Amino acid sequence: MLTVENLSVSFETRRGRMSVVEDLSFTLERGRTLGIVGESGSGKSVTSLAIMGLLPPNARVTSGHVWLDGQDLLCASESELQRIRGESLAMIFQDPMTSLNPSFTVGFQLEEAMTAHGVKDDLRARAVELLKWVGIPDPEIRLSSYPHQLSGGMAQRVMIAMAIACSPDFLIADEPTTALDVTIQAQILALLKKIQKERGMGLILITHDIGVVAQMADEILVMYAGHALEKGPKDEVIYRPRHPYTRALLASLPGRQENAAFRSRLPTIAGVVPDLLKRPTGCQLHPRCEFADEECRTKPPEKQKVGEVDVKCHRPLEPQ
Amino acid sequence: MSSGGAVESPMTAPSSFGEFWFVFSRNRGAVVGLAIVALFAFLAIAAPWIAPYDPALISDGALLKPPFWSEGGEPGFWLGTDDVGRDLLSRLIYGARVSMAVGFLVVVVSLAVGTLLGLVGGYAGGWIDAVIMRLMDILMSLPSILLAIVVVTVLGQSLVNAILAVSITVIPGFVRLVRAQVLVEKSKPYVIASRTFGAGPMRQIFINILPNCMAPVIVQGTLGFSDGILNVAALGFLGLGAQPPTAEWGTMLSDARSFIESAPWLVTLPGLCILILVLGFNLLGDGLRDALDPRLQK
Amino acid sequence: MIAFLLRRLGVAIPTLIGATVIAFGLIRLVPGDPVLHMIGERGASPEVYAEMRARYGLDRPLTTQYFLFLKNALNGDFGESIVSGQPVWHEFMDRFPATLELGLIALSLAVLIGIPLGVVAAVRRNSLFDYALMSVSLVGYSMPIFWWGLILILFFSVKLGLTPVSGRIDFAYDVPPWSGFLLIDVWKAGEGWPAFKSALVHLVLPAIALGTIPLATVARMTRSSMLEVLGEDYMRTARAKGLSRMRVIFVHGLRNALVPVITVVGLMAGSIVTGAVLTETIFSWPGIGRWLVESVLARDYPVVQSGILLISLAVIVVNLLVDVAYAWANPRLRGRL
Repeated sequence: MLTVENLSVSFETRRGRMSVVEDLSFTLERGRTLGIVGESGSGKSVTSLAIMGLLPPNARVTSGHVWLDGQDLLCASESELQRIRGESLAMIFQDPMTSLNPSFTVGFQLEEAMTAHGVKDDLRARAVELLKWVGIPDPEIRLSSYPHQLSGGMAQRVMIAMAIACSPDFLIADEPTTALDVTIQAQILALLKKIQKERGMGLILITHDIGVVAQMADEILVMYAGHALEKGPKDEVIYRPRHPYTRALLASLPGRQENAAFRSRLPTIAGVVPDLLKRPTGCQLHPRCEFADEECRTKPPEKQKVGEVDVKCHRPLEPQ
Repeated sequence: MSSGGAVESPMTAPSSFGEFWFVFSRNRGAVVGLAIVALFAFLAIAAPWIAPYDPALISDGALLKPPFWSEGGEPGFWLGTDDVGRDLLSRLIYGARVSMAVGFLVVVVSLAVGTLLGLVGGYAGGWIDAVIMRLMDILMSLPSILLAIVVVTVLGQSLVNAILAVSITVIPGFVRLVRAQVLVEKSKPYVIASRTFGAGPMRQIFINILPNCMAPVIVQGTLGFSDGILNVAALGFLGLGAQPPTAEWGTMLSDARSFIESAPWLVTLPGLCILILVLGFNLLGDGLRDALDPRLQK
Repeated sequence: MIAFLLRRLGVAIPTLIGATVIAFGLIRLVPGDPVLHMIGERGASPEVYAEMRARYGLDRPLTTQYFLFLKNALNGDFGESIVSGQPVWHEFMDRFPATLELGLIALSLAVLIGIPLGVVAAVRRNSLFDYALMSVSLVGYSMPIFWWGLILILFFSVKLGLTPVSGRIDFAYDVPPWSGFLLIDVWKAGEGWPAFKSALVHLVLPAIALGTIPLATVARMTRSSMLEVLGEDYMRTARAKGLSRMRVIFVHGLRNALVPVITVVGLMAGSIVTGAVLTETIFSWPGIGRWLVESVLARDYPVVQSGILLISLAVIVVNLLVDVAYAWANPRLRGRL
């Protein structure tokens, strides 16, 4: 079980300390999928890097814990983390073309993922097996390819093969399809779904596209400016959104605009994500929220339970 | 290296001198570099007034006197005397004059020729550009000392010829830089716009394009000073540049070689002057680059 | 890769032609009669004079002279030294290995020390080590090596008496040339350890003097190249796989950071020659650099002319070899074979 508990992360910048994740909590079991949705700058990627222990040097975890089966990863030593990365926790990234090392063959990078965790035998056969698994044709030939010889979709399949090489318990996929062609996106998502099912992995799928999580996730977490605004089972969040922001994200989906009920309430999300160095007072969303009142402008909302859903809002919507 | 060359980072002159100075003055290395260069420039200009002796004046009976702090030193000759009894301090001060002039001339000659060729090549394109860049490739791939030796062999050993020889080896840097910048500027909307209003090539080059190439050229010019000073001193040391009794640091070093055991100060001090001045120009050039390159400004 | 090599050849061939034109033009541009320059000041009989004129075709048009010059060079006829009377080709071949040995050792020093220093500086960016290394390397980069060599002599030879001041090996040893590299030939000659040590202590100061500027350049290049690479996505991927920090930096990072460094080192052949001219003059190293300077000072025109041609040729060939190695080592280029 992977548990993130009251996690806060901030960056030291030239203009001062910038808080990017604030008091974030969630739990993920093996075999389940958590979808984290948010605009860029909402802190979703930073969260995943914090879990992996790969935050850049100017980032600080200011509070909280990341528990992996009872072990706090934030207190783990670098050598423990090295063992855990790849073996228990794996991650794939947004741009597969820049995430693979241009100077080494696919085979080298794939085999290295295994040797790093003590696998010594049949490396080549295992690598071929993995490539076959992720749906790469002619895997024997592809082993000696360099990344620049692959298409974006192929490269992401290689990244996935690398991530699952040591059968991790949890896989974090950070915008895995954003850099790919639309037609390829569906294939990669289907592949992730298949792997997750067959291997019983816990999957964290990070995306800015609420449509993707609607299709993939068991649970959904909506992030905005480092805060979890809404968290709950997929059907609850998608069909009965309580937070105005969630509803706005859903309304922006193609095909939803025709729905009169959505249109009338909050057709689009005007404005942009706040500057995290000059955060607004009160609710982070209030400058962009049409329901905002004096309380929203002055007092930060507390997390409250509405049915099965956690919401951070002074004026949660009534389900329709 | 292909003749295409990498397109240099876009640099533009900062909007105001104050802004430039703010960035520049926070770079400690750059300020040190500026101080060094200013000091030597002062020595060069004021040499006749501050040097205690004429650099060619021979004091009989004061041969190979060590500096004043060593045993046997004389207060009259602060840094000692050389093998024929000339005051080392005075020669070093006049040497600053020679080296600053050398650096200046090398930069002026190579900058003028290099900028011209770069502008013409970049603006004209086609075979003119190809010929110029091919020639620059040749100049760049041959060791600079060989070209210098050729020039000195043909024209004879003298300071002026050494300056000429070194200038030739510095030209390609300017040509590539200016050409790359011209290619960038040429495709910018304001240049195209002014062409549609009928601005001729001369006007294009001198009014529109040239001022926008200034920042990188200034940086390269500063670094050209250090190249020029170093290489002309090297030729002087080899006997292929300034000839004795010119008070040129490289030539002085060459003369002092045989006294390395008996009069080490004759070896250490002129070289130290070269090192410090070259370092000063390099620090200054790096500082200018950082202050003039908007990409690095945060 | 073929295209890349053809492009490089497209630079090398004009450069080679340029070098022949420069060498050919040299002796003709010197004021005075080229034949008299080639015969030297000792004078010669009218028959010898006429024979020389005919040999270089000096009574024929300039273009014919040029092609004659090329033909002679292609046949290995580079003329004879006025001073020694030896064929220039022999003199060159006697001295070239000495310069090559010195240059290779100096470059190896620069690479083997400069790369690790640059990597550590990049990894510990803005640390005291980083600042110290960058300051020292800027001094090294600004160094007048003809002075630096003298300072090394002053300290290690004159003050400490640790190293000899000139030559390649102690006179007591007689080492016939085999590879031309004394560090190898002493074993072939059966002189053993003492001779090897003698060759090594003769080599160490010149190699430091010649290697200083390349070392400073390599350290600075490696640092900036490594800094760029450290921010790349694939470095994060490598860590996410569970690789150790060392492996991530030295395998995944360095492999990519080295590409621009190697390119620069490859292009150093020319500046090594420039440095060798100075270093060999200071340390009386019997290589082509000192040979060339002495010939200029002695107005030994045939040696200067052909020496420049041969040295340029050597530099061009070395640059081409580096290009081939570079293309071979770079998968993006190799892939297009």
